[in-house]
Amino acid sequence: MLKTFRMGGVHPPENKISSGEKIKTLPIPVKVIIPVGQHIGAPATPVVAKGDSVKVGQLIAKSSGFVSANIHSSVSGTVKTVGPVKDAAGMMKVAITIQVEGDEWMEDIDRNAKIVFNENLSKDDIKASIMKAGIVGMGGATFPTHVKLSPPPGNKAEILIINGVECEPYLTADHRVMLEKSKELMVGIQYLMKGIDVKKAVVGIENNKKDAISLLTELSKNYPGISICPLQMKYPQGGEKQLIKAVTGKGVPSGALPIAVGAVVQNIGTALAVYEAINQNKPLFERIVTVTGKSVKQPGNFICRIGTPISALIDAAGGLPENTGKVIGGGPMMGRTMINIDSPIMKGTSGILIIEEQEALRKEQHNCIRCGKCVSVCPMGLEPYLLMTLSEKNMLDELAEHDVMDCIECGSCTFTCPANRQLLDYIRLGKGRTGAMLRAKNSKK
Amino acid sequence: MNKFIVSSSPHVHGNDSISKNMYGVLIALIPAFICSVIVFGWGAIITTATSVIACLLFEFLIQKYIVKGKTTIWDGSAMITGVLLAFNVPSSLPLWILIIGALVAIGIGKMTFGGLGSNVFNPALVGRVFLLISFPAQMTTWPLPKGFATSYIDATTGATPLQLIKAGHMDQIPNLIDMLFGRMGGSLGEIATAALLLGFIWLLYKKIITWHIPISIFATVIVFSGIMHLCSPEQFVSPLVQLLTGGLMLGSIFMATDYVTSPMANKGMIIYGIGIGIITVVIRTFGSYPEGVSFAILIMNALTPLINRYCKPARFK
Repeated sequence: MLKTFRMGGVHPPENKISSGEKIKTLPIPVKVIIPVGQHIGAPATPVVAKGDSVKVGQLIAKSSGFVSANIHSSVSGTVKTVGPVKDAAGMMKVAITIQVEGDEWMEDIDRNAKIVFNENLSKDDIKASIMKAGIVGMGGATFPTHVKLSPPPGNKAEILIINGVECEPYLTADHRVMLEKSKELMVGIQYLMKGIDVKKAVVGIENNKKDAISLLTELSKNYPGISICPLQMKYPQGGEKQLIKAVTGKGVPSGALPIAVGAVVQNIGTALAVYEAINQNKPLFERIVTVTGKSVKQPGNFICRIGTPISALIDAAGGLPENTGKVIGGGPMMGRTMINIDSPIMKGTSGILIIEEQEALRKEQHNCIRCGKCVSVCPMGLEPYLLMTLSEKNMLDELAEHDVMDCIECGSCTFTCPANRQLLDYIRLGKGRTGAMLRAKNSKK
Repeated sequence: MNKFIVSSSPHVHGNDSISKNMYGVLIALIPAFICSVIVFGWGAIITTATSVIACLLFEFLIQKYIVKGKTTIWDGSAMITGVLLAFNVPSSLPLWILIIGALVAIGIGKMTFGGLGSNVFNPALVGRVFLLISFPAQMTTWPLPKGFATSYIDATTGATPLQLIKAGHMDQIPNLIDMLFGRMGGSLGEIATAALLLGFIWLLYKKIITWHIPISIFATVIVFSGIMHLCSPEQFVSPLVQLLTGGLMLGSIFMATDYVTSPMANKGMIIYGIGIGIITVVIRTFGSYPEGVSFAILIMNALTPLINRYCKPARFK
């Protein structure tokens, strides 16, 4: 009986249309737009100006604090603008636009490095390389990795969990990395293990990726301490807390970090980026992105440079389908819709999902029929119907009491509701307001 | 320049709907309906049809002319109220009384509270209890089951097993097999336990309900009446008789599990079920009425908001 987390969860149709598509390299675009805020924490500070020449891998924005990350150029060329640009949500955010000229890389990047673990590096060396390379969580959360590898004093890591779950329907980038870059992945995991001083790493993989499970299980025999844990399929198993529960049986307490139960979780793509940063001296400036959707002519998985406009990826997948309703960055459960296709690929963009107009339209909302299905599917044990009503009435104290801040915004509740109520819309609203209220209260103390 | 739809996640839906659940319940009631037709003949068909049509009609009229809003009569909920109301009355109940029952069920039990989702009490039970109290003679006159030969207009009547028990005639109740397959007197829906259990399995399979409410009611009834039966077998009937008689099966599976009027979390559902079980056995054994399930469910409906407040689901830990 394969492991999984017990509480809640749903089973959206998998639609892993592109899981058989080998990774292809996307041609370099003519211009890139690189936002300085592609991570959780303070946006980076630009260190280039209009007119500057840059090379691939050159630092163009510097981390501006502990919880922040460096940003590097993904192309060689001339900086056109440094300033606010409209992002995918329509908000103005500072970005560095570069006109591409050729493909000249920084000299110290070694693309032909051997895929071997360097034992001579200390854990501080490893963390410094990761920080220098601007690596952030590539599963989509974009939390600066060097911060995650530096637990607060008094907390000790016992296990590294590598998130190969990819529970969102449609997305297949991590799956392809596991199949095509398995050795690099293993070495990256070894560096991460040393970085947090643990002897044990477990790669959690959902059972719909049997080829990856058998390939990595075989390969991991050569890498002591690394094991593979096949998991039953259930959304949202890729959520940190759910994954830790499934793999170790331990539950991260409300308000606490995974390190509280001795776990550190990293995404597959992050582990790959760590290998490249250390062995190839290559900062994070490109990633694998799935382009998919039922109406997409040639769905696929592409390596593309950060800052590439989404339109270039869509063109490589056969062009924007006629009846497109939504363009989503990420998966269908937690991804964000985009207002146009000129927005750039960022470090956290795992996939571009096209949904046809018919399927994209929301269904008509009815009154809550109090069936309780939302309660039964919530992986955090919350009461979505109640949180929705409290949010509607702006009852922030009660929202805090009912643990709204524990909501991981997975969308299982809305997915399930037979009355088509937009539960997550209301809960997110309530969560935002309650969070602000709690922060204001705490800062007054 | 393409115009895209921009809304927040999630962007897919599981395709569950109110209708799917409601019509699923109606399908689960089909075996019981077939049994009632076999046992009671024309009376079953006329009563059920009248009740359903009346409920749909009243809901339509109220929604269109009094509330002046959308009509939702095809979502399946009024149909269920109609069927369950019919299943709770004698097969030869005069139609004008039945229609009044439908008006009370839909009009008072459901629409005055704000329609589906807002009612506090199970509408079919509101209708049934109203009829029981207003027309006690007609509502407790049960035709003797004779299949299609069951007289509809001028029925020869007989006592239901529960009426026999209340009168102290334990030895005259039908045997267990007869009760399981519906060869006894009673209302349309309560007679065929086997058919109702088939419906229960369907509801579980389709994930329309969970096991918590019916099983906690059965378990409570078994334990409570079991203890009493062990103390004094002549005075108190066995748990199996309790389970197979009256509206316990119908009530536990189809009426106590009504979404709107039952608790939301599993813990709460179990407490609710235990309450129904206890009250049912108390009324049946010590009260004046031979049957207690309807009252038990209505009382626990009233306690549901309180149960919801104090029975929070277990948080992730």
